[in-house]
Amino acid sequence: MRVMGSETEYGIHAPSAPGANATMMSARVIQAYAALTRQRAAGGAETRWDYTDEEPLHDARGWTLERNQADPSQLTDQPPVLDAEAVALAYGREELEQDGEDESGSLLMNMVLGNGARLYVDHAHPEYSSPEVTNPRDAVAWDAAGDVVALSAVRRMAADPQLPPVNLYKNNTDNKSVSYGSHENYLMPRVVPFGDIVRGLTPFFITRQIMCGAGRVGLGQDSSRPGYQISQRADFFEAEVGLETTIRRPIINTRDEPHATADKYRRLHVIIGDANLSQAANYLKFGTTAIVLSLIEAGLAPRVEVHEPVAALQAVSHDTSLTATLRLLDGRRVTALDLQWIYHEAAAKLAQDTGVGDAVDGDGHTHALLERWASTLTDLDSDRTAAASSVEWLAKLSLLEGYRQRDGLEWNDARLGLVDLQWADVRPEKGLYHRMLARGRMDRIVDDETIARAMTEPPSDTRAYFRGHCVSSFSKDVVGASWDSVIFDVPGHGRLQRVPTREPLRGTEALTGGLFARHKDAGSFLAELLGQTPPPPPA
Amino acid sequence: MAGQEQQQPQSRDSEIEDDAPATPPASGDAQASAATQGVDDLLDEIDGVLESNAEEFVRAFVQKGGQ
Repeated sequence: MRVMGSETEYGIHAPSAPGANATMMSARVIQAYAALTRQRAAGGAETRWDYTDEEPLHDARGWTLERNQADPSQLTDQPPVLDAEAVALAYGREELEQDGEDESGSLLMNMVLGNGARLYVDHAHPEYSSPEVTNPRDAVAWDAAGDVVALSAVRRMAADPQLPPVNLYKNNTDNKSVSYGSHENYLMPRVVPFGDIVRGLTPFFITRQIMCGAGRVGLGQDSSRPGYQISQRADFFEAEVGLETTIRRPIINTRDEPHATADKYRRLHVIIGDANLSQAANYLKFGTTAIVLSLIEAGLAPRVEVHEPVAALQAVSHDTSLTATLRLLDGRRVTALDLQWIYHEAAAKLAQDTGVGDAVDGDGHTHALLERWASTLTDLDSDRTAAASSVEWLAKLSLLEGYRQRDGLEWNDARLGLVDLQWADVRPEKGLYHRMLARGRMDRIVDDETIARAMTEPPSDTRAYFRGHCVSSFSKDVVGASWDSVIFDVPGHGRLQRVPTREPLRGTEALTGGLFARHKDAGSFLAELLGQTPPPPPA
Repeated sequence: MAGQEQQQPQSRDSEIEDDAPATPPASGDAQASAATQGVDDLLDEIDGVLESNAEEFVRAFVQKGGQ
């Protein structure tokens, strides 16, 4: 359907060491997972991140923010620096010397995994960025794989008596005024005017939360007003369009880092979504957004404009009855459900006209997606019990309402806050989403075997296949990798070889699977890849 | 429902004043009753996995800013 991917920043908490430095704890998470991958594959199965092509200050509207004008948190193109004192505090000198460093002498804070993902410390959270996939089902699988990566690191740390146990939460706020993101990325042709993207997406982003919000106990950034709302993130948005992601968060983010051939593509960086544990909600989040981008590219996005988008975004989030109306600039008043139906209708028509939505001859994804989109909207309107098996904010609300009724709890009761927090614990025995899943109360899009495979295997149909297999096959000769490069340092070759991967749909299994099968040695692999030796004749 | 209070791990700060009475089914509707029973079972299970001191646990979950 479209090249896409997810980024999840996990909430991190060590209950027995409340004052622990969050960046150091996050680094330990990365170290713990690195230790696991070293066990899995002799010689290691991770590599360092290459920062060469990071351009966080490029604005899609056509300019670049000066470094000295930027908030320090926007400078994501340089590795985070840990001072020696913080390191010694967290690791102890002895441990640092034996185990805490990689060969080049610095802490590993940033790694590329064999499944093509990136795992690193972002600000004060561990973050998993999924490999590039081409459809919403795979987006769900490789995003859920990140939760298993997080779980594995938690288990590893729990087994180490030297370390305080660390919990990771797939949520977006501590309910004390701080938010951290889960982002989506979509590849688009650069030729699409950015203004069209803003106009076409804003009404959709204001309302898609009714399907993919994760639910939140508390109103306002600091949760000072008691209540329940649809979205984890809505109250933290303060602008309509902008470059920032950590302050004055905008509904449409303009960061222009294509991580691909820049004159051909843009990577739309979406920061407004909630982190989803519900597979169906995650599937709809990626799938419906991808389809709306197709509408925008075709010039067929619904012509609707919402009055005061930021206020409308929060009004929708605070209205769990789904009956509030939004004012459009043309004078109409519509509900969030109405707006979603307007988008669905336009998307269904385009899919029919182009043929991608055909049940038999379509692209294999659009038909199922449009069906689920429609049935979810129908259920939200008329059968909330049915909707609660896929809509995460409703599933969480059913649990909270159960407690409120049984125990007579008010919305500001700490136990409801705990249910909200523990909903997102990545451990299946503690996470309340996982308890609901185990009881068959949540829909599945992918099974556990698929998720387990996605933890170690890259998608086959994007450049992530090449990146992931370079990391897992030639780890000791790969000194760095990023979204659009893999860097080799092969003994006997004088200098580093940087293999660019600027076309997201190349480097696939179809194009490079044979190459990996033919070469067990990085030197001969590179020689054939770079055309220094001829490929074997077709069998 | 019986025994649900014993399963609640020391919820000191949030303990309710008196035992919640077992909720009788609102009507004779068997389906509604089954649904209520399902929710009760679920809550009983979740009582057993919730962190023990809700107030303190929630208060201590303080994050640094992110994206």
